[in-house]
Amino acid sequence: MSGRHAAAPLSVPLWTPGVFVLIALMIPGFVFILARFIGGLAAVTNLSQTSPWGIWVAIDVATGVALAAGGFTTAALAHVFGRHAYETVTRPALLTAMLGYTFVPIALMIDIGRSWAIWHPIIYWQGNSVLFEVAMCVVLYTNVLYIEFLPIVAERYKDRVRLPGPLSILNGIVEKFLQVADRTLDRVMWVFILAGVVLSCMHQSGLGSLMLIAPTKLHPLWYTPILPLLFLLSAIAVGFPMVIFENALASASLPIEDETPVLSALSRYTVILLGVYGILKVADIVVRGAAGYLLEARVESFSFLVELLVGVFLPFFLLLKPSVRKSRRGLFISACLIIFGVVLNRLNVFLVGFQSPYAEKGYFPSIGELAVTTALIAAIMFLYRLLVTYLPVLTPRNHSHTTTACDGALLQEGRAES
Amino acid sequence: MNRRAFLKWAAAGGAAALGSPTIAAGAPRKVPDDPYGCLVDLTRCVGCRKCEQACNRVNNLPPPSTPFDDLVVFDRHRRPSPEAFTVVNRYHTGRRDDRGQLVPTFVKVQCMHCQDPACVSACIVGALTKKTNGAVHYDVSKCIGCRYCMVACPFQIPQYEYTDPITPRVRKCTFCFERISQEGGLPGCAAICPVEAITFGKRNVLLDLAKKRIQENPTRYIDSIYGATEVGGTSWLYISGEPFERLGFLTLPSKPIPQTAEAIQHGIFKYFWAPLTLYGLLGAIMYSVRPKTPSRISDDKGDQS
Ligand code: SF4
Ligand code: SF4
Ligand code: SF4
Repeated sequence: MSGRHAAAPLSVPLWTPGVFVLIALMIPGFVFILARFIGGLAAVTNLSQTSPWGIWVAIDVATGVALAAGGFTTAALAHVFGRHAYETVTRPALLTAMLGYTFVPIALMIDIGRSWAIWHPIIYWQGNSVLFEVAMCVVLYTNVLYIEFLPIVAERYKDRVRLPGPLSILNGIVEKFLQVADRTLDRVMWVFILAGVVLSCMHQSGLGSLMLIAPTKLHPLWYTPILPLLFLLSAIAVGFPMVIFENALASASLPIEDETPVLSALSRYTVILLGVYGILKVADIVVRGAAGYLLEARVESFSFLVELLVGVFLPFFLLLKPSVRKSRRGLFISACLIIFGVVLNRLNVFLVGFQSPYAEKGYFPSIGELAVTTALIAAIMFLYRLLVTYLPVLTPRNHSHTTTACDGALLQEGRAES
Repeated sequence: MNRRAFLKWAAAGGAAALGSPTIAAGAPRKVPDDPYGCLVDLTRCVGCRKCEQACNRVNNLPPPSTPFDDLVVFDRHRRPSPEAFTVVNRYHTGRRDDRGQLVPTFVKVQCMHCQDPACVSACIVGALTKKTNGAVHYDVSKCIGCRYCMVACPFQIPQYEYTDPITPRVRKCTFCFERISQEGGLPGCAAICPVEAITFGKRNVLLDLAKKRIQENPTRYIDSIYGATEVGGTSWLYISGEPFERLGFLTLPSKPIPQTAEAIQHGIFKYFWAPLTLYGLLGAIMYSVRPKTPSRISDDKGDQS
């Protein structure tokens, strides 16, 4: 494996100032998590009988899952649709997805009242419950992600498993496991790649179906029978922007290859997806006759407009310009706007647009809730940093640059663009 | 949104998520056909709060902060809480009696025990179930505390023990499930009511009784039975002398709340046809665009992730 596609561990020191900042961000969150398990949810959160769900569900779970969509969208593009030119960005996207999904049950353990019972859905099936469907798909998909990630671990540690200290008695077993995984997974990986894409589609849309059970509580700007479709489309649309966003962050602090050509090629798909999503959003409120609510000068109408104009149409028009698509900064700004739009959409559906009858006061997250969410995000970033340091995920800079088949393919994609 | 627009979108949503509009239309749901119910006659209730007291006793709830005979609680409208499964509220609708005094109307609030309950449809583990006798029953041993039932309930009934760190429960009126499961058993509140404002019986019988009372005394009652059709019907029914919307009752659709979600859900997941179709479709695409040169596989090995 030579040339620009050789992902490799980054030989950079782990304990940089940035990493210490991440750790500092985690500490208050852990204190609040402790407080939650001593004093109950009431001690830490602003949840109430009329606001049963707060940002731990809306951000940590619903938004987190949407933003992890880079994993299945790049996998679909590179491996299902055979656009192998994009393989270079599948590994980091896969890693982000894996970390994102790993943190869903962790966030849920903190949020649900009976954390020790979190496994109950595995034996108490309730097929009518949308939440059950989402939970099952997330559990399965998380495992699929681990399987998809295993070859990366095998590639690095096969033939050189050296566990420290007493763990070394496991060396043989782990070695064997990696050997077998390496040999067999290659041949059956397509099963898991397809399963991953299907499971993602199912639960990304399922997240939208969650609120269909509350027709009298969710504001008409968002309550629509096509909510599952809108959630699915927006998740697919935010997949590549997430890859762009991550890559920009990673290359700002790590010595990795400049992937701008790959990313600008990716962004062409985003324009289409975003366009379709935007048109559907507008058509939806028009067909349902909900557009009138936009004229009410209320938080909901304002939030909806920002979501649509700033989060969908602005990046759409930006990305229509080839100059924006070709520049790193243009790509990054557009990606940020799209991500903002999806985050705001999830917040709107789960919090802003959700109004219980008899509510005496609205919901606004407490310091504790914000601190825990911050800590979880910092933990994901820390693990990302840790894993790319030791595993071949990113492509380090200064590799001898030989033109490979993939480069050729990318050049063609690029030509198709202009 | 009218029905046509809904179907149009359901079809679009279904088709795009690989659902089919014909299946998405869904079959009629199974609801208990001869459940028990309670008829609350608001024209009879005198606001004595004996039902609150009885409910507290039969459910072993903690003593209230203000005693049950203290009328000061009527000064604000209360909601059921983890410690009180039912509350009585006082409303003044502006009606005056012969001497010009404002006439209060008292309204008892508790779980409506919906015929097709949103909470039951939502619950991830089936901790909430609709029993054949009409009660919507909560099984704490299954509950994981996700609070999706609270998101779902259109009446905002389930209450949560937010201060319990490890074993919080969802709390709501049980319809005195154990008591009414016994021959001749009555809910605590219905049994104690001194003015017979609460009548317990088969829901069908109660509906007839309600209609009869309204017919026989059209000046006393408004011509409406709350709970007859709301969200597909509820086991608890109310008749009143005042319009319900002035008494804190919500105006709700007559379509059962779970229908939209379940129609879409079942449309997509029936026999797993949509996920399987998608799997097949993607598989076919993957196969047709696979790299033609076999050597590529080993070249790409690490990237096949
Ligand atoms: S009123 Fe609410 S809690 Fe009671 S049965 Fe209906 S949906 Fe469930
Ligand atoms: S909180 Fe308990 S009863 Fe309510 S939906 Fe969740 S698991 Fe079911
Ligand atoms: S039916 Fe039982 S639990 Fe429900 S309000 Fe009456 S006494 Fe309380």
